[in-house]
Amino acid sequence: MTYDSIIIGAGLSGLAAGIRLAYYGKRVCILERHTTIGGLNSFYRLRGRNHDVGLHAVTNYSPPGGKKGPLNKILRQLRFQWEDFDLSPQCGSSVVFPGHTLRFNNQFDYFETQIAAQFPQQIDGFRQLVSEIDAHNIGDLGQTWISTRARMAARISDPLLINMLLCPLMFYGSPSAHDMDFNQFVIMFRSIYQEGFARPHQGVRLILKNLVRKFKSLGGELKLRAGVKELLTDGKQVSGVMLDDGQILEAKNVLSSAGSAETLQMCGADVPHDDRFTPGDISFVETISVLDQPPAEFGHDETIVFYNDSEDFYYEQSKEPCDIRSGIICSPNNFEYDRPLEEGSIRITALANPDFWMNLPEEKYIEQKQYWYDQILESSMRFIPDFRSHVVDIDTFTPRTIKKFTGHINGCVYGAPQKILDGTTPFNNLFLCGTDQGFLGIIGSMLSGISIANLHLLNPK
Amino acid sequence: MAPEQIRSVILDILARIAPDEDLSELDDSVPFREQMELDSMDFLDIVMELRKLYRVQIPEEDYGELGTMDSTVTYLTPLLKDAESTV
Repeated sequence: MTYDSIIIGAGLSGLAAGIRLAYYGKRVCILERHTTIGGLNSFYRLRGRNHDVGLHAVTNYSPPGGKKGPLNKILRQLRFQWEDFDLSPQCGSSVVFPGHTLRFNNQFDYFETQIAAQFPQQIDGFRQLVSEIDAHNIGDLGQTWISTRARMAARISDPLLINMLLCPLMFYGSPSAHDMDFNQFVIMFRSIYQEGFARPHQGVRLILKNLVRKFKSLGGELKLRAGVKELLTDGKQVSGVMLDDGQILEAKNVLSSAGSAETLQMCGADVPHDDRFTPGDISFVETISVLDQPPAEFGHDETIVFYNDSEDFYYEQSKEPCDIRSGIICSPNNFEYDRPLEEGSIRITALANPDFWMNLPEEKYIEQKQYWYDQILESSMRFIPDFRSHVVDIDTFTPRTIKKFTGHINGCVYGAPQKILDGTTPFNNLFLCGTDQGFLGIIGSMLSGISIANLHLLNPK
Repeated sequence: MAPEQIRSVILDILARIAPDEDLSELDDSVPFREQMELDSMDFLDIVMELRKLYRVQIPEEDYGELGTMDSTVTYLTPLLKDAESTV
């Protein structure tokens, strides 16, 4: 049996693409190497508790009744209703650098007044930058790299403000060190500052389960524990895949969310060299601390705190195992739910050095995870109340964990620095979606799967 | 299908792809895009739904004919004359 499409990866982008194809009657099979769905945004159970992988917040928030923006776009395209994602908005977040704290929430005006108050000389330049952002077309899939720092410096003369604005955007979606492509910057600026954060009460599993249920109800096939070992090609086309167990599945086209370099590796050695297919190297260590009370009870009511203890902001692969000069402190409890979460928790994330974590012998790995958990928490105590006496359980994941469960090279979470916006590859029926196509975030990755499926696979001809 | 039935079919498709839009006051002579939030992804869906529900193939060069309800009904009348409405 030949499928119309095989999709590699049952993460958000693969599942969203699968729904579009199945809805319009294509015979589609999603293949996932892992035992469960979700990929970079999965979920798991440990010692009786549910945890999210990767989810701090859903960005691109839009309240019910809105019609514009990426969230409403994907709800329409996937035929979901706003209630199906059960999104509760954030309480409020902040960026904390030496001497300045900028607060923001889901109302952009509030952020603007914060900037006007703290950087009065820069507010006009900031507004001009926002006009440029508003005018930029992210749908133009043919654009090339533009330095964000250069564009910002043309409007804003205070490097501290530039770094503070970049900090959350980089932490939530820059695949490249120090600077960002302006197109990526616009995507992230809109999704974080202009639209905002939210979270389903159940976490990402609600969204994933809804996607899978819809996909299957439309006739889509999902195979777990079905890793793709290689893509079968004649040099110009792919005819299908061979699984790890040797099974061969044929398809008219293949859509891969495994990553650009990762996908090309599956095609064998004879692939023309292309600079864009170079994997990223930005990865993180994340600590999860389960607490005996909600953080608000010990005085922490912010949703996300992005901190940096230096004047300059070093967004790059860490030279140390973890870079604790900066970090993200996320409190899943601090969203406007209609009922509280079962337990309190705080997640703290820091940039990491992938090679260190990949190459540790097993016996050292656990010891190092504990050591760096302690270091990361200690560093964060400068920015939030000390909650360590409330911790009842912990888990820590590293680039090694991410590589193990998603296959992404270097345990990289934001993909290759050069995005392939139109999702094409050297093979005329092999396409890419997900982080290396370029729309990031939970909503963004679904939009990626939808866009590429619409563009290349749903051929109305 | 008669033109009035085709109109109902189009309303049904619009309701599927944009359930949050109020279609009750639709002006048939005004472009859809001026009355609702519809972009190129939504237009693709109109074309795909027509194909899915009625097996009508609309070539890309004719997409411009689907601008208003009036022009859409006019365009589809010959293509759907033998089809049965599902609405």
